[in-house]
Amino acid sequence: MAPPSFILQAHGLARSFSGRSAVNGISLELRRGEVLGFLGPNGAGKSTTMRMLAGNLRPDAGAVRVCDIDLFGNPVAAKARLGYLPETPPLYRDMSVDDYLKFVAKLHRAKSGALDDTKARCGLSEVGKRPIGSLSKGYQQRVGIAQAIIHQPDVIILDEPTAGLDPNQIREIRLLIRELGDNHGVILSTHILSEVESICDRVEILHRGRLVYSGDVDAMRGARAIEAGFKNPPAPGELESIEGVASVEILSPHLFCLRHSPDMDPSEAVIRMASERGWGLQRINPAKSGIEDVFAELTREES
Amino acid sequence: MIPTLAAREIRALFATPLAWIVLAILQAILAWIFLARLDAFLGVQAQLQNVLNPPGVTEWIAAPLYSAASMIFMMIIPLLTMRLVADERRNQTLPLLLSAPISPAQIILGKFLGLMAFLLAGVFLVLLMSLSLLAGGKLDFGLLIANATGLILLAASFSAIGLYISCLTKHPFLAGIGGIGALLALWAVSFSGGSGSFFLAISPASHFESFNQGLFDTGDVAYFLLCIALFLTLSVWTLEGMES
Repeated sequence: MAPPSFILQAHGLARSFSGRSAVNGISLELRRGEVLGFLGPNGAGKSTTMRMLAGNLRPDAGAVRVCDIDLFGNPVAAKARLGYLPETPPLYRDMSVDDYLKFVAKLHRAKSGALDDTKARCGLSEVGKRPIGSLSKGYQQRVGIAQAIIHQPDVIILDEPTAGLDPNQIREIRLLIRELGDNHGVILSTHILSEVESICDRVEILHRGRLVYSGDVDAMRGARAIEAGFKNPPAPGELESIEGVASVEILSPHLFCLRHSPDMDPSEAVIRMASERGWGLQRINPAKSGIEDVFAELTREES
Repeated sequence: MIPTLAAREIRALFATPLAWIVLAILQAILAWIFLARLDAFLGVQAQLQNVLNPPGVTEWIAAPLYSAASMIFMMIIPLLTMRLVADERRNQTLPLLLSAPISPAQIILGKFLGLMAFLLAGVFLVLLMSLSLLAGGKLDFGLLIANATGLILLAASFSAIGLYISCLTKHPFLAGIGGIGALLALWAVSFSGGSGSFFLAISPASHFESFNQGLFDTGDVAYFLLCIALFLTLSVWTLEGMES
């Protein structure tokens, strides 16, 4: 039997809280081996959507299928294939890490041996005997991730997995998520743009309860603009005439932003012409990432 | 799955001093009553021999002991049930259970049975205390078993009621106060009306009384079982509602 192509499908999810719509008609799909980033400003509906995807919240409308099992029609079978880390890790603070993970493993009917594997994977081997409440935030977050992956679920849903961690811990957690993305499907939410760029394959941008953008991170990442600074700046018209440059924006008298199509990078031509015509090139570099542009544009509040 | 959940509840109980304190208070108060009744019994024993069909030691000491235990349970069971669900909501650990491949009914039953295992230990201590009377004489085992059965059914009903109230709030303290209030109210209504009245019929205290006198009435058993089933079902519904 061939595995289903999508391990998670959501269709037309909608949910409101006491009359105020939080999520309005979200549909998405996730494949195995994919890390999907949920990006959006605070209050965009990320957590609400993830709670529904994890079967913790019943949607007003719409359906979720996990590995082709209806999450709300057959919750027990569907939840066996889900791992979920909510915004606040669901930890029993008075239990030791070992006891807690053993309990979770039993709840999820994880394979024997899963405990040690998961602990090693999440870097928890050293703290097994300690009560969870005495651990640092970074370790608590790792325990939270460990409980979500201990049963090797097909779909892993992580709500802001790196929130509140220091830069080193963030890097470790990102590496772990990237690794998980090879064999599972991962959905993670964040409002950190660089996080999406560094670990996600695909990004969905949410704004006011709706999906406003969906696309490959690689396509977005491809710098579509370069910044160039000159000591003796040429007329903007001269820059515009360079092959591949679509438009020129003057950032300061000496600094220009050159927009171009993704498949045509004019950097080389700019360098050549700068040396030929004595513009005195001072710097040339890709402009800020595409994601940032897209995000700012799509989630701008109407004022 | 249910035993896993029950085992965690028992561990959580003993992780705090509360469980030990509860057991200690129960034992201390019951020991006091036990000794007081024993003292009184020894005082009147001589006169009792002249009475036709005199009350036995079980009736004189053990039955009041169980009656007292039922009153103490009314006060302490809400303290034990209050955190069952409310605490999970306050600490935001409920998603762990809601995302696991288990049904709300399993969650409720696991919590209920975990607490019952603890309360059975409490009943067992009362039973042991009454059995110590064997050292000095014979016991009416029928009366003793009726009392123990009644106390277990009563504890289960109180637990189910307390568990349901714990599902209704995020604050364990409110759940505790609410539970004690509800159980006190159910006890108080038994004072109004004569036999056959509605209030007497819904009060757990009046149904426990027949067990306390050594009466095995299927009506009383049915009352307790219905009460347990009703409040466990209500708890499951409330938990299901938390997803929405």
